Amino acid sequence: MRLIGCLLLVSGFFLVLAALVLFAAMGMRFVFVAAGMGVEVLGVGLLTRAYTLMAKERR
Amino acid sequence: MSLVLCLVCVMLAPFAAAGLALIHQGLGRSRSAAHAMLSTLCALGIAAIVFVMVGSAWAGFAGEAAHSFKAAGARWDWLGAGQFFPGGVGPGSADLPEYTRALALCLEMFAAGLAATIPLSGGADRWRLAAVCCASAVLAAFLFPMFAHWVWGGGWLAQLGASFGVPGFVDAGGAGVVQVVGGLMALTVVWITGPRKGKFAEDGVPAAIPGHNIVQVLFGCMLALAGWIGLDAASSILFYGAGAAQVVWVAINAMLSASAGCLAAVVVTRARYRKPDASISANGWIAGLVAGSAACAMVSPEAATVIGGVAGVLATYMIEIAELKLRTDDPGGAVSVHAGAGLWGLIAVGLFGRFAEGSQAGHLLAQMVGVAALLGSMLPLIYGVNLLLNRFVPYRVDGDGDWQGMDIRELGAGAYPEFVVHADEFVPR
Repeated sequence: MRLIGCLLLVSGFFLVLAALVLFAAMGMRFVFVAAGMGVEVLGVGLLTRAYTLMAKERR
Repeated sequence: MSLVLCLVCVMLAPFAAAGLALIHQGLGRSRSAAHAMLSTLCALGIAAIVFVMVGSAWAGFAGEAAHSFKAAGARWDWLGAGQFFPGGVGPGSADLPEYTRALALCLEMFAAGLAATIPLSGGADRWRLAAVCCASAVLAAFLFPMFAHWVWGGGWLAQLGASFGVPGFVDAGGAGVVQVVGGLMALTVVWITGPRKGKFAEDGVPAAIPGHNIVQVLFGCMLALAGWIGLDAASSILFYGAGAAQVVWVAINAMLSASAGCLAAVVVTRARYRKPDASISANGWIAGLVAGSAACAMVSPEAATVIGGVAGVLATYMIEIAELKLRTDDPGGAVSVHAGAGLWGLIAVGLFGRFAEGSQAGHLLAQMVGVAALLGSMLPLIYGVNLLLNRFVPYRVDGDGDWQGMDIRELGAGAYPEFVVHADEFVPR
């Protein structure tokens, strides 16, 4: 779960970089950058969830 | 650039760390107060030495030697290539005189120290001193300098305009470079160390562990204001060419955003809990300062007030969600206040900033790219480094230390020896 969370973070970042490199139109760039940020937020959520479960097991 | 004005602003910057130190230890338990203050001093000291000796070479200066590569038709300038162990700051040039280089180095040294003190709030009452020292060293040697180079040292984020036709990423007061980097470090420390014993019951219901000295917390907020004004003003002058008149507006905007953040937190906590919560309101003040620092020299006073107010509300709800829903134990609210409000502040630059060049949409896009870089590249890097460090120097104190407190466990003496000691604090439960 933690590994997938990290991979999502990095994937989101590459999506943002790809938007800058591949598109010239501002609208497309916005959409892809927003999508990349969304993927990153999912990654943060997954990492937090993984640690919450670990803490629960410890209790 | 006014040398004296910039010098005065740089010299104010350490007050930000002093204020945060008071806030951290006040929001922690009394049995860990001395440890919290000593950890802050050690983090500041190590960050200063390591940054000047190693990190400053990687932070670099705009227009000077840097490590870069070419990909997709663009130049990606990702790390400074200055001199390690500098005997001085060098002779300077017409574009970058020696005193400007010296002031930038001094400001970044204080900023690295400030970034290193932020995670102490997240790891309060359980993060071991040896681990604090190691993490501070790595932060000041590599993590902070790398992002500082991207933004303040002429790196790829600052050069978005030249490479991709959008305006460069803007962070005038270090909301991203200092606050979010420190806040993300705090997040990983919170994850790795886990909650304090007794914080969550078997069914996951959190117990309130109130700060032991709220007066110091509130005094820390006032002290931090002076430091933040210095940090915001000095970085605006050194990295964004702000003039004397703009510096006055930086101070006004900092005060307005902090005030709005605090008042928003007072109103929200009054509405939700019937009485204002002093510790969350203090966090609202700092959240306002953090969010306001990104656009400090580029927004109107009205916009600064809105930015601070939103940051205060955001920090209040994030603290509650982190504890009640996500079951994370962040005693000082560092993740919400520094990372959360900092990210909002960076986006707010694109929404409210007034710029001579570039479209508003372009600036917003550049700010979103910067936020994505923080979450997508800096967070995994910071997380990986902390996981690795935790293997060699365990972050969390052992079970006995949890109940004894960090003062007795790690320092051998408490901060308040004349306090009455409750027997249950020394009996493992």
